[in-house]
Amino acid sequence: MPKLISAVDRNSPAFKTLDAHNRALRDALYEKVAKAARGGSDASRERHVARGKLLPRERVERLLDPGSPFLEVGQLAADGMYRDEAPGAGMICGVGRVSGREVMIVANDPTVKGGAYFPMTVKKHLRAQEIAEQNNLPCVYLVDSGGANLPHQAEVFPDRDHFGRIFFNQARMSAKAIPQIACVMGSCTAGGAYVPAMSDETVIVRNQGTIFLAGPPLVKAATGEVISAEELGGAETHGRKSGVVDHVAENDEHALEIVRSIVAHLNTTKSQPLDVREPRAPAYDPAELYGIIPEDVRAPYDVREVIARIVDGSELDEFKALYGTSLVCGFARIWGMPVAILANNGVLFSESAQKGAHFIELACKRKIPLLFLQNISGFMVGGKYEAEGIAKHGAKLVTAVASAEAPKFTVLIGGSFGAGNYGMCGRAYSPRFLFTWPNSRISVMGGEQAASVLATVHHDADTWTPEEAEAFKAPIRQKYEDEGNPYYATARLWDDGVIDPAQTRDVLGLAISASLNAPIPETTFGVFRM
Amino acid sequence: MFKSVLVANRGEIACRVFRTARRMGLRTIAVYSEADAAALHVREADEAVLIGPAAARESYLDAAKVLAAAKATGAEAIHPGYGFLSENADFAEAVAAAGIVWIGPKPSSIRAMGLKDAAKKLMIEAGVPVTPGYQGEDQSLETLSAEANRIGFPVLIKAVAGGGGKGMRKVDRAEDFAEGLASAQREGQSSFGDPRVLIESYITRPRHIEVQVFGDSHGNVVHLHERDCSLQRRHQKVIEEAPAPGMDQATRDAVTAAAVRAARAVNYQGAGTIEFIADASDGLKADRIWFMEMNTRLQVEHPVTEAITGVDLVEWQLRVAAGQPIPLVQADIPMNGWAMEARLYAEDPANGFLPSIGRLDHFVMPDDIRVDTGVMQGGEVSQFYDPMIAKLIVHEDSRELAAARLADACREVEVWPVKTNAGFMARCLDHPRFVEGDVDTGFIAAEEASLLAAQPSPDARIAALNLVANNHHLAPQLGDYLSPWAPDADSAAVGFRLNGQARALFVAQINGDTVQGSVLSNRTGDFTWRIEADDRIAVSRAHGDKIVVNGGVPIGYAVPADGDEGVVFERGYAWPVTRASLATPSTGGSASDGALRAPMPGKIVAAPAKAGDKVAKGQPIVVLEAMKMEHALTAPFDGVVSEFNVAVGDQVTDGAVLAVVQAAEAA
Repeated sequence: MPKLISAVDRNSPAFKTLDAHNRALRDALYEKVAKAARGGSDASRERHVARGKLLPRERVERLLDPGSPFLEVGQLAADGMYRDEAPGAGMICGVGRVSGREVMIVANDPTVKGGAYFPMTVKKHLRAQEIAEQNNLPCVYLVDSGGANLPHQAEVFPDRDHFGRIFFNQARMSAKAIPQIACVMGSCTAGGAYVPAMSDETVIVRNQGTIFLAGPPLVKAATGEVISAEELGGAETHGRKSGVVDHVAENDEHALEIVRSIVAHLNTTKSQPLDVREPRAPAYDPAELYGIIPEDVRAPYDVREVIARIVDGSELDEFKALYGTSLVCGFARIWGMPVAILANNGVLFSESAQKGAHFIELACKRKIPLLFLQNISGFMVGGKYEAEGIAKHGAKLVTAVASAEAPKFTVLIGGSFGAGNYGMCGRAYSPRFLFTWPNSRISVMGGEQAASVLATVHHDADTWTPEEAEAFKAPIRQKYEDEGNPYYATARLWDDGVIDPAQTRDVLGLAISASLNAPIPETTFGVFRM
Repeated sequence: MFKSVLVANRGEIACRVFRTARRMGLRTIAVYSEADAAALHVREADEAVLIGPAAARESYLDAAKVLAAAKATGAEAIHPGYGFLSENADFAEAVAAAGIVWIGPKPSSIRAMGLKDAAKKLMIEAGVPVTPGYQGEDQSLETLSAEANRIGFPVLIKAVAGGGGKGMRKVDRAEDFAEGLASAQREGQSSFGDPRVLIESYITRPRHIEVQVFGDSHGNVVHLHERDCSLQRRHQKVIEEAPAPGMDQATRDAVTAAAVRAARAVNYQGAGTIEFIADASDGLKADRIWFMEMNTRLQVEHPVTEAITGVDLVEWQLRVAAGQPIPLVQADIPMNGWAMEARLYAEDPANGFLPSIGRLDHFVMPDDIRVDTGVMQGGEVSQFYDPMIAKLIVHEDSRELAAARLADACREVEVWPVKTNAGFMARCLDHPRFVEGDVDTGFIAAEEASLLAAQPSPDARIAALNLVANNHHLAPQLGDYLSPWAPDADSAAVGFRLNGQARALFVAQINGDTVQGSVLSNRTGDFTWRIEADDRIAVSRAHGDKIVVNGGVPIGYAVPADGDEGVVFERGYAWPVTRASLATPSTGGSASDGALRAPMPGKIVAAPAKAGDKVAKGQPIVVLEAMKMEHALTAPFDGVVSEFNVAVGDQVTDGAVLAVVQAAEAA
């Protein structure tokens, strides 16, 4: 396969400036992630440990096979929300290996507000389940939660994608033979009681896990019955009398060992439908991306420099290299697995859109995973382009993306604006995983354009002095800047996480490989407007 | 010279005799039991004859079968080794009667030395000093008690026919004498069919000194200097050396002369050992060393004598048996340097020195010293025979060097899963008291606590992690070999963590202790670990069959092809390593609270246990009859019956708690 030749001069001042800038962005990301990973306050963590429990992250670590990767999802959920009281939205989610199988782990963090469900916690739980369902990953729930966060009940309880959906998903996944396993390591109250109750197989930790529809205070208030939590819904009650749980464990470690045994006996297998080769590292060090990613998302650069630092051997077999050149399409391998890459190299024209649609058809016919490297300001505008039908050509690309059943993976490596987001498999197009880089921006259009458009359509615009116009536009630009920020986005789970660009290759390798747990279906495309 | 020799023995001594016999051009014949069909001595012999089942009584101790084997193979001579039939005068006679050369002393010599009191009398007559004591025919309590008073307490009462500590009682005070005597007599009667006893002065700081002697049919008797075998555990020799530390020439001359006199007194031919007991309360003194007994055979510890004299004692045995004279005169027998031997036992020092039997999956001995062994890797240590599996022998210029070299050799021993005393012996050899030569036969008992206090070092703990990390091919899946998820420690994605350092958490259990570490990097097999308990950074690397931690002394290891276990070898110890990702709690599976509940309504028909009983897991506690069936409720774990709520005949309801067992550790 043709090897990409980098034009980057690693000794140039420009490279060094960018390298410093992007490393600073990475450091800021790591710092945020480390802070979120600590979970609740030190006092709350100490209280938790003093009860003989493992911290939730330790639970996950001990559940995993030694040396297993852990592809975390929604690390920075709720970042900057709820007065910053819900690091990680009080939940750890991710894909990891347990007893040799890739599973989705959903672990409550009781050190964060008792593991209560904020709106973003619900969203994160549902997103984890969605990943599990799409990729056929058994679910392991490490339950330790007081249930819904009552002050936020309106955003947690009633709607379709609220708390109840968790159990809906459990039932539907169980029906599809996607195993649902719950390990009750703490409270599991009210609605939360259904997590174990709806699971295929359940473990509880003695003197620690409790499951009940109403806790002792509510029971006392309702019926006058005085009963301890352990007696009401502890291991003895549920292991011996009610049958709500199947296995009783002595402590966290024991419980996790039982879960590992359960997973070991699931009789699930992972097929390998791809023509896989021995993985090879890229010829160019992925860490060089720091010196390549521009500071300003609007600054143009050759996206092949990025591809060369993600794919095996930096080899890319380009498709229609001479046609529709603002969209680079080509076949490559990541971790030995074939991928069909679509990467923006400028604004989308009619030709690039058609090329992209054609390429997606190829990938779907061949059942090759699709990777979208998104850095797009949008489709080209103007009379010439409308007249040549850029709308229908763009629609072809969007149709192809929406219909594609080959697993899709999207990384926002720069701007993600307007309909370009759709054509390049934004969140609405259900990629299996969607990650963003710390330099990326996402909004319906750029802040400057939005400010200009709004200023233009304002009824007083004609009378404004330049200063007045600026005073109008500045807050709009600021709002777009704030809301277009990748941290604003990831806090709201518009993506699966902000990632270190240097880890992109490994993230994608793990994500693509995890997706192979589900068979790749045939694709039936919608009507392409010709 | 005869042309063939049958060794009526097994293990290391059979192999040892074959070695010399082969060198001398003799045809070698082994006998073996069913348990030894694949044993090393069978492989090393030119011919081998199966002589019976595993039990020694029906094979190696069965004189008729051994003789039949010798006749069948045309063996011209029989070497008895040590133990088994080696000091059986009847057998020696039978061998000779069959026209086969007996490689050992004359039956009369064996008999003369066989009974301890008769031997002592003989020695007194020969002018050999014996311990103050009484070995008279008068076995009345009055006489024995008066003799004990004469000798002075403490005294030792020994069964006349005794050995190996059986029928032996130490009595500290006159008023306890009658009781001690009765008990020694009882044991003598039951073990040897002979209640007679002798009484000896009990020596507070005894040392075991012995002299190797050799006689031939031409009337020559020489000695090959002394050995010291004071380092013992319950009368079992552990470490032997030659010469004896702290022995001056005058004392040596006195002891060896006495030994030669003793051998002459029984017209001794062949290899023999005169054992002395020395009172070392005030150093070794010629007048504080007394004859104990004579062993009319080759000793286990003969190699230390071979080392300092340069003599092949087995060769001398063969030559003398063939009627040749002893090759050297006394003056030409040298005494060079210092030799030491360590007896490697298949036993578990940490568990009361219980014998450890099983397969020798891993058996690696030091390769630059003399090792006499009868086993090999892949072989087996069976329950039927002596647990000694090898002897490590060193020869150096000085005692200090010999002790250090032997300690090193013990530390190099790698045996698994059978446990050995190698590490324990290394600690004995390193002990300041041993180094100074300040050892009596009570040394191990006195110092046991410190000698047993070994634990895996921090480096061994990291080696355990390295072992686990290198070998955790957990439930691989189809096509895994290429997956980034594959639990392959060499994978670039091992322990991948999003937006952070890789954290490949490994939890190993070494010798029952949990060690937890995270791989920080894994460049070309060099693991960098963060040890979470103390936040220490360590580097380890497996290279061949060793793991090097922080550039230190290479640590041996082994892993089986299957299973979750491995072993780390360190300083002679074999630390078991469990490749568990988790510390499994003591109670397996879903735990029980210990309450035995009626599974259905019924009647109590039996109560095999009662409150306060100590019960073992699975032991029936109460039996319930219901639906025409008896249901035995058994103890869910080892423990004590803390509650017993029913009696036979009681009608009980479904779910009633009939009894409660409290777990052993909680009780």
